[in-house]
Amino acid sequence: MVVQIPEMDFGWIVPEIAMTVFAAVALLLTLFRKKNSTWLFVEAMPLVGAIVALYFTFQTWNGNIDIFNNLYTIDNFGVFFKGLSLVILILVTLLSYRYIDREDMARGEYYSLLMFGTLGMMIMVSSNNFITIFIGLEVMSISIYILAGLMGGNAKSVEASLKYFLLGAFATAFLLYGIALIYGTTGMLDIREIAGYVNSGNFMVTPTFMAGLALLIVGFGFKTASVPFHMWTPDVYEGAPTSITAYMATGVKAAAFAAFLRVLFTAFHPFLSGWTYMLWILAVATMTLGNITALKQDDVKRMLAYSSIAHAGYILIALTVGDRTLSSTVLYYLLVYSFMTIGAFAVVIILGRQGSPNTGIESYAGLAGRHPVIAAVMAVFLFSMAGIPPLAGFMGKFYVLTDAIRGGYYWLAIIGVLNSVVAAYYYLRVVMYMYFKEPEAEIGAPDVSIGSTLAIAISVVVVFYLGIFPRLFLMIAHTSSAIFM
Amino acid sequence: MADYIWLIPLFPAVGFIFNGLFGTKISKGAVSWIACLAVFLSFLTSVAIFFEFLQLPADARVFEINVYSWIASGEVSIPLGFRVDALSLVMAMTVSGVAFLIHVYSIGYMEHDPGFKRFFVELNLFVFMMLTLVTGNSLIMMFVGWEGVGLSSYLLIGFWYQKDSASDAGKKAFIVNRIGDFGFLLGIFLLFFTLGSHGVWTLNFGEIHKSAHLLNGNMINLITFLFFVGAMGKSAQIPLYVWLPDAMEGPTPVSSLIHAATMVTAGVYMIARLNFLYSMAPTTMMVVATIGVLTAFFAATIGFAQYDIKKVLAYSTISQLGYMFVAVGVGAYSAGIFHLMTHAFFKGLLFLGAGSIMHAMSGELDMRLMGGLRKKIPVTYWTFFIACLAIAGIPGFSGFFSKDEILWKAFSSPHGHIMIWMLAALTAGMTAFYMFRLFFGVFYGDCRAPEDVKHHIHESPKVMTVPLMILAFLAIAGGYLGIPHVLGGANLFDQFLAPVLGGGHGHAAAAHASAGFSMVSSAWASTAEAGHGGEAALEMTLMAASVVTALIGISIAWLMYVKNTGMPGKFVAAFPGLFKVVNNKYYVDEFYDFVFVRGIMKAGGVLLKVVDIGIIEGIINGVGALLQWIGGGLRKFETGFVQQYAFGMILGAIIVVGYIVFAPLF
Repeated sequence: MVVQIPEMDFGWIVPEIAMTVFAAVALLLTLFRKKNSTWLFVEAMPLVGAIVALYFTFQTWNGNIDIFNNLYTIDNFGVFFKGLSLVILILVTLLSYRYIDREDMARGEYYSLLMFGTLGMMIMVSSNNFITIFIGLEVMSISIYILAGLMGGNAKSVEASLKYFLLGAFATAFLLYGIALIYGTTGMLDIREIAGYVNSGNFMVTPTFMAGLALLIVGFGFKTASVPFHMWTPDVYEGAPTSITAYMATGVKAAAFAAFLRVLFTAFHPFLSGWTYMLWILAVATMTLGNITALKQDDVKRMLAYSSIAHAGYILIALTVGDRTLSSTVLYYLLVYSFMTIGAFAVVIILGRQGSPNTGIESYAGLAGRHPVIAAVMAVFLFSMAGIPPLAGFMGKFYVLTDAIRGGYYWLAIIGVLNSVVAAYYYLRVVMYMYFKEPEAEIGAPDVSIGSTLAIAISVVVVFYLGIFPRLFLMIAHTSSAIFM
Repeated sequence: MADYIWLIPLFPAVGFIFNGLFGTKISKGAVSWIACLAVFLSFLTSVAIFFEFLQLPADARVFEINVYSWIASGEVSIPLGFRVDALSLVMAMTVSGVAFLIHVYSIGYMEHDPGFKRFFVELNLFVFMMLTLVTGNSLIMMFVGWEGVGLSSYLLIGFWYQKDSASDAGKKAFIVNRIGDFGFLLGIFLLFFTLGSHGVWTLNFGEIHKSAHLLNGNMINLITFLFFVGAMGKSAQIPLYVWLPDAMEGPTPVSSLIHAATMVTAGVYMIARLNFLYSMAPTTMMVVATIGVLTAFFAATIGFAQYDIKKVLAYSTISQLGYMFVAVGVGAYSAGIFHLMTHAFFKGLLFLGAGSIMHAMSGELDMRLMGGLRKKIPVTYWTFFIACLAIAGIPGFSGFFSKDEILWKAFSSPHGHIMIWMLAALTAGMTAFYMFRLFFGVFYGDCRAPEDVKHHIHESPKVMTVPLMILAFLAIAGGYLGIPHVLGGANLFDQFLAPVLGGGHGHAAAAHASAGFSMVSSAWASTAEAGHGGEAALEMTLMAASVVTALIGISIAWLMYVKNTGMPGKFVAAFPGLFKVVNNKYYVDEFYDFVFVRGIMKAGGVLLKVVDIGIIEGIINGVGALLQWIGGGLRKFETGFVQQYAFGMILGAIIVVGYIVFAPLF
């Protein structure tokens, strides 16, 4: 059989092509560099690439087209998450400039892998085909496995990379096995075809099919760091270079949730009752375990790792409610969450220096007195994560909990609220250290650069904007999730 | 031009933000000029819209614009927007106009104050919030402004925060206002959910008006009463008036702008804005009118026995606000707004005059240490005189027209009552007495100031006296906008407001009463028309009576404080107990302090020890400790061994697969 690929299909994937080209150019430039000034071009690649890709991504808004024989799909849902991934790429790149010099990481590899990782995310959020989703997921994951270990001289970083790789491979196996079981029972790989099939009436629920669905949940549960597949998260987040931690906590999580949401809500919505209680338990376990374990952490980076588990739990609330008209909440939450998390990690980065990351909470003691602006922005991010109005985190939580109440999941909403009370403790503990404790030891001047300042400034503005004027992006999220209706 | 109504609050907002951020970088002069310019531009915008409106037919003078859709969720949507109609225009012009004059005056008055720049920043914030309050198109916008003016009032009362009395007064104002605001907020929620239960989710004034018929009588009485509780706080009515006299701790321009001319009238504006609800709530109307007239009378009696000139003016403000509530309480909304406007002119002028006197007297406030200032500060003297005549209700001055309209309505309206009229008319005489007691005490007789103060007595600079003169002009001319029909006028003011407030007068009402507006007012209009001849004679008689009362009040003041200055002393000696009680403001503050402040503190102490420390903290700390303990335990699961993590995942996978595969089987 000759597969025809219409040439015009390539017009729709210009963002992906751009990402690939810029990533490859970054590698080549590194290979053939003559002078130190070449680094400037390498460092510019992710920014220029992301902006070019963003521009072309926005051009595909309202495209709604299937290309490459339905292996790839351009829809607003994909555009939303592609945009988010690219913005995250920009912010992480800005954070990285000074940081990777300081930690002496391989620059060429770092930036091109960052771009390849983003490429993977872009692919996995824009397809309705299991195979394409899987390929995107793997492109992303393999890039991150390497990135996590890029701090060569650092044993913790290498350990993180190896752990992530081993467990990630394990989870991939589950996911692939799930896909295989579903393919085995239905003979289909396109989730919309599966949806049509299960709704058709010819369909009989078989244990094999349900096992396939369960294994998909396991696979995605790993990537989104949901309990009980979260065990790798604290170790890997703590060991990896902080900029990569920020990238994992935001980009990877957002892309994994996007694919998860698409698969569940497109193909498996009729089995709502089958997995709703499962998801209920996962949501509660994820929130509660993340928050309660975070209470005892004295390392801010590790605390943020647990906090990111807890946030995954809030997003799972929205998935549990399972109302497809409300899936915009997930999108909004991920958007909000990305900015405040990157902002917080950015502050963690600038407080460290070579050889001493200064991530212990005692390093934050008295920060407000010495560096009032840094303390203030950190407080903004922490307050936002704790869900204090008028910051974005509040709006995110507000919509999630509203959904739970609308869906009749009162206990889920109550547990969610109680959890945010618990979470407030460890977030505010950092604020308390910054504002009310005398510093114990001098940690020196913060390592502020133009890049990190810019990244923090953007995050602060967005956290306020999304908190006070949520409407515009809520509408965008709503339009993006219209594909499920 | 009406499209640009949002510019009205925007200008002072820009001034506030600019001076707030960069004020320390630029000179004092620049800060004050930017602040004045911002308010002046607001004023110009309102005037421009006003002239545009005059070209339009009366029923087309409403314009609304939503600038931002704040919340939109399902059937509930809360846009933020502005509404310009006759009422908001009158308010916007009055507020921005008076505020501009007071801003200019403050350049002179605050010249040597170290907090000069901060003062203008906070003053701009106030004007921004006040204009938001009067131009907002929904209860949400109104509430934003309502709280915003409360905040700026708090900041400005405590402007000299180094003084304990000033910061205490700020706190008192804020706390008392919170009580009222709580009622207001409850009212908003109640209205929102009651209308919502009928499927109308809105807080927009126009839409509330359209769906007001869905509310039943009791509910509407309750809602409007709760709104009125808010007004009691903001507009200093019994029993929440106690903060206003203390608020005189703020700089005098603040007392003039916020605590006399504009902010304290917000409650009156609110009732006028929601007139369609109040007209459906006869019980609340009665409460409003009764509280209003009692406050007017009660505050006037306290005014008799105060020596602090700002305190006299403060009680007089409370008393005049009482008049405005009488007006809106008997359904004469436009009369209330008319008095609000004329009061803004003459009371703003009185306070600025008091500021000028203080300026001359090196900050002295006690009228017993003044006297004979007539020749030394002539501009202040003449303008103060005009303001006193206006507030006393002498024909030809603005207060006469507005006060008389209220008195007439209190008598003739179906919501009115002869007792209300009598008490209000008596209060008019008392007002004339205590104002002229003040006037004669300050400007006539011998100068009783200490020698060192005497040498410094001088007229204020031009930047202060020119605003005084402009306000004096307005205190006379403002009244001619509303000459009643019985004196051959056309009551232009009433006509202009008629599309919003419904007309109170025969012809105007019949012609303009908007559709659906209360049946009460049209019924009243027809009775007025029926008995026109007799009514006119009666109105003239009552008018004459109130003028005579005022003249008697002035004459007594003249007798006691100019002709025979020994008399007040003898009077005090004859009734020492009575004087002491009134001088101490009936010990209301002491009563509140004893019952509420100390009572609450005591109850708070008990609650703190038993409930808070014992029960709640015990539970909280217990739960906290438990969670910490669990957290410590969970932490041990993070061993760092990949094998164990993988095992954990397998267990998890088995549970998930097991559940999903086998759950449907059961």
